[in-house]
Amino acid sequence: MSRDAILALALIAMIGLVSVRFPGFASPDSLLGVFNDTSILIILALGQMAVVLTRCIDLSMASNLALTGMCCAMLNAAYPQLPIVLLLVVAMLIGALLGSINGVLVWKLDIPPIVVTLGTLTIFRGVIFLISDGQWVNAHEMSPAFKALPRAEVLGLPMLSWVALICIALMYFVVTRTPQGRAFFAVGGNPDAAVYTGIDVGRTRFNAFVLSGALSGICGYLWVSRYAVAYVDIAGGFELDVVAACVIGGISIAGGIGSVAGAVLGALFLGVIKNALPVVNISPFWQQAISGAAIIIAVVFNARAERRSGRIILRQAETT
Amino acid sequence: MTDVERQTELPDRLRSPLFRLMASWEFLLLIVAVLIFFLNTQASPYFLDPWNLSDATYNFTEKAIIAFAMALVIIAGEIDLSVASIIALVSTCMGYAVQLGADTVTLIAVAVVIGAACGAFNGILVAGLGLPSIVVTIGTLSLFRGIAYIVLGDQAYSGYPESFAFFGQGYVWWVITVEMVLFAVFALIFYVLLHRTSFGRSVIAIGNNPTASVFSGIRVARVKFMLFMLTGVMSAVAAICLTSRLGSTRPSIAVGWELEIVTMVVLGGVNILGGSGTIPGVVIAAIVMGMVTFGLGLLNVPGIVMSIFVGLLLIAVIALPIIIRRLRQRLSG
Repeated sequence: MSRDAILALALIAMIGLVSVRFPGFASPDSLLGVFNDTSILIILALGQMAVVLTRCIDLSMASNLALTGMCCAMLNAAYPQLPIVLLLVVAMLIGALLGSINGVLVWKLDIPPIVVTLGTLTIFRGVIFLISDGQWVNAHEMSPAFKALPRAEVLGLPMLSWVALICIALMYFVVTRTPQGRAFFAVGGNPDAAVYTGIDVGRTRFNAFVLSGALSGICGYLWVSRYAVAYVDIAGGFELDVVAACVIGGISIAGGIGSVAGAVLGALFLGVIKNALPVVNISPFWQQAISGAAIIIAVVFNARAERRSGRIILRQAETT
Repeated sequence: MTDVERQTELPDRLRSPLFRLMASWEFLLLIVAVLIFFLNTQASPYFLDPWNLSDATYNFTEKAIIAFAMALVIIAGEIDLSVASIIALVSTCMGYAVQLGADTVTLIAVAVVIGAACGAFNGILVAGLGLPSIVVTIGTLSLFRGIAYIVLGDQAYSGYPESFAFFGQGYVWWVITVEMVLFAVFALIFYVLLHRTSFGRSVIAIGNNPTASVFSGIRVARVKFMLFMLTGVMSAVAAICLTSRLGSTRPSIAVGWELEIVTMVVLGGVNILGGSGTIPGVVIAAIVMGMVTFGLGLLNVPGIVMSIFVGLLLIAVIALPIIIRRLRQRLSG
């Protein structure tokens, strides 16, 4: 049985357990609500997946989200007549630009990705303070159209969910049907072999960082408009949830292993826990410990699965 | 390593010891430290007051105590991002013990035991099961602080015994604080441990080549386990100092410290990929970072803007030597 199938079963079992206590939880409406609530985490997990596949990690995603979100909110407050579609494109570009900073440092200077993104994590947060002067952008300063987009319903689903579905479809296409997607796997699976097959390892990593940055940027707009507020600390610490979603989804931190389905299921796993806790009357303060425990269990489980199947060719040669 | 690099590197070893000392990372850092000290005296007339300087050391002593152990972990090729969460959990447990009427000695014992247990948990997962330390410690980062949140929620513990305040607020002599003494003592202990014992040599060997270390008879897993446990204990020491200084415990205590501690270690010249680094470097880096934050604080720069400096420092410190090496290569050939 594949890892994704096991995870899907665990997810269904968890939903089943919760609905024993509270039958309404498993109703389609409620589950769609959970999906909608998890949309942003799903989109971020997809971006993180691309980065992790190439044997890197992007810890700056939440800060990128917050900075882009603040830029969008301030743009909207200053120029309310700006079309929202344009704002969404701007958000994507700002996010991609911030991601490319990470990418260039990893690509051109060979700095370990964890150091780069730990650095940009704090830098981006600080920049939010600089541009906003520590002020909040509140709901009344945002135009109605700005706040309406994530909630607008199309075919019975809010736009927020649609954006997530579109991102899932696009990522699935990119990862499984394009040379770039295969390059992500090749670079993470065995960088040396990837070079010999003509793949530019550094550029592929750069592209992965730009991709994760662009997705963070989109989420920046979605987050700020959904919660109708922008300030320095939004989504603080969310980068860990994103990494957790990926690890739970079976994406190997050592690179080269992972799937879109895994990232989505991993994010949904956390989303279901978050939404189920109040239903079964557990204090939300439990959430952090539970996701921590979930990461550890998932990484133990993944390590076993990876060892069993034998990951990639030439693994031995590479470690010497 | 390419042939070009080898040619440019070999002659360095033939130069005089004095030149080598002056070209070392630690010497460079020391110059930076002196420069910042001088800039600080120019920036504010209050900087040179001995009591002010004594207060300034609180900016780095607690973090540096963890950074010494973290340096060893990073030299061995691993990383521990859970240190700040260990502080939170240890502090919470101490607070809980106080509610049960524990005295200062019991509190210390509780702290050390919990810290060692947290470190051992990381150690078992990393060294015992061979899992990547970055993921494991991101997980325990969440887990340890999560437990603190479960216990405390939005509450806080206080009411620590008066004698407990000694660690974070006490003075040994004149302006010399207890924390300064702890900082100096641990710096010495870790200096001896890393540079003067076979354990230290094996830590460096593991970071350079874990496979070769196994074949040369080093118990790699055991050394790594001990390093994680050591980091847990040092986090407990820092938790004692911080809790004693603040006099209360919230679950958000020391949030984000892991980043500053890693920055401190990397700034101290420890290779983030493992294999090299010195304790004197970390000591100077700690003082540099403490003085930068203190100086900016005197200039009324808000904390979040200071974090931009910390982030830039972290990236610049690693990027600069790489850029310089590239330029030198380009010039020489």
